[in-house]
Amino acid sequence: MNQWKNFTKGFLKENPVFVLLLGMCPTLGTTGTAINGLGMGLATTFVLIMSNLVVSLIKNLIPDKVRIPAFIVVIATFVTIVEMVMQAYIPSLYESLGLFIPLIVVNCIVLGRAEAFASKNKVLSSVIDGAGIGLGFAFALTILGSVRELLGSGKIFNFTVYPENYGMLVFILAPGAFIALGYIIALINRLNKKNA
Amino acid sequence: MEYIIIIISAILVNNIVLNQFLGVCPFLGVSKKIETAVGMTGAVTFVMVLATIVTFLIQHYILIPLEITYLQTISFILVIAALVQLVEIILKKVSPSLYQALGVFLPLITTNCAILGVAILVIQKEFNLMEGVVYAISNAIGFGLALIIFAGLREHTDLQNVPKGLKGVPIALITAGILAMAFMGFSGIV
Amino acid sequence: MLLSLFGVTLIASAALGVVYGVTKEPIARAEANKQELALASVLPKYEKLGKVIKVLPVDGKDSIEIYPAYSADGEEIASAVKTYTYSGFSGFIEIMVGIDTEGEITGFQVLKHAETPGLGSKMNEWFSNAEKPSQNVIGRAFGDEEFTVYKDGGNVDAITAATITSRAFLDALNRAYRCLDKAWEADAQSGATNQIDDNQREDDAASSEQ
Repeated sequence: MNQWKNFTKGFLKENPVFVLLLGMCPTLGTTGTAINGLGMGLATTFVLIMSNLVVSLIKNLIPDKVRIPAFIVVIATFVTIVEMVMQAYIPSLYESLGLFIPLIVVNCIVLGRAEAFASKNKVLSSVIDGAGIGLGFAFALTILGSVRELLGSGKIFNFTVYPENYGMLVFILAPGAFIALGYIIALINRLNKKNA
Repeated sequence: MEYIIIIISAILVNNIVLNQFLGVCPFLGVSKKIETAVGMTGAVTFVMVLATIVTFLIQHYILIPLEITYLQTISFILVIAALVQLVEIILKKVSPSLYQALGVFLPLITTNCAILGVAILVIQKEFNLMEGVVYAISNAIGFGLALIIFAGLREHTDLQNVPKGLKGVPIALITAGILAMAFMGFSGIV
Repeated sequence: MLLSLFGVTLIASAALGVVYGVTKEPIARAEANKQELALASVLPKYEKLGKVIKVLPVDGKDSIEIYPAYSADGEEIASAVKTYTYSGFSGFIEIMVGIDTEGEITGFQVLKHAETPGLGSKMNEWFSNAEKPSQNVIGRAFGDEEFTVYKDGGNVDAITAATITSRAFLDALNRAYRCLDKAWEADAQSGATNQIDDNQREDDAASSEQ
């Protein structure tokens, strides 16, 4: 497959959040602000790239029967590394993402890519696939985070667009996460249909 | 008294799905029919309580004494994966009828973040074993409550005349948002 | 089959051990840093901190920590008190508050909370707004009267639409002052400035010797 296509498919056509509807928990739980969404997206991207890389390297050494547990161990290792590094160097982000960092382990996107792509493809394609899907995920989270932050508190990336008093607070709270995502998905569906 | 606060807080105030965003994937995935929603709730309750007990023991009798708490994530997820397998095998042998009801949901549970999430939260909140078990059961009930109400709502919206662009997932998410708003009414009662 | 799974797990654990070793110190430093920043932001300029005093409030099960601050010539100028309340809208709130020797608030910072974003979470900005004296608590002194919100016939304007959070916030401040007062009294009774009944003082060498 064309590597460029392999890379860009994650953004719109096979976007893990908007189209495949995977990884919903961090998508809804960490997008109160754009910066948190971006942070979560990048952390997941790192885990995706590294686990895809390692899985495609060891795919021939692992017997088929223990494949899934072995993949989970690989993923959990990188998640823990991300967790420790974040705690050491960006403690504020670590605190605001909280529980959702260890939960990258059970993000279906990561295990899904390891099983469906990296265990069948060469190292380079696997890494590019991980980067594409990961950045697509980060892109989706940043969009949702920006929309919620803008509607809820009148800011994007902490940059004030309009006074906070006019914000619709509900978009920062839990219900707003569901509703904003619902409308964005409806919009993306329409865009994808037009392009097809 | 303390238990009552844990129970009410987990089921209504900080509902695991609608407020904490854990277990959203099965919440959206298996909520098309009330019947499957009930089955999923049963399987989740079973595994959540077992996983909480086992991970609690691992944390306090292996990870902390050996000072290897940084292996928490990796050991918890392995234990949960193994536990799910084990439950599947035992159920198949012991109670085929129960296996029939819950079997198809079990493999989905390993990647249900509610299970790992609750296991980690029990450690973070420094509960003792009994409080942990109560917390796990309450969260499972909260999960079931949200899932079953939502399944009921979806059965209705499927029959309604929904604008074309919003059909399917978008309207389901918006419904979930309104449901979450209703649950916000409980906040502040504990 | 099992052997290869065991091998993978072993390598993974070893890798994590290494990363843990590397990040252990930066993590500890980041946490100490946070504490230091909080202290610096609530206290007036100080030269050094004294030993941490722990006081158990009458109506709570956890101790409150008091960090006395001294000027260059060794005079006590203020204390930072790490206080808490359980009565927030979502339960626990932890606040660091600076109180000078006159009982006047020099600054505060909310360390931990789970209040509603956009409402209760505005504590830091709301109660330090210098343009609105009715809601600003910085510079006010604890006297015979405790802080309460207007709605309860008190003296502080509560956050709009977050009265419960505001009550909890003031509850934590009041608790801080009560404990500090208790420590002062113990101080005065024992006669010496640096000795307090051992039941109330627990040395915390790690975080106090700066």
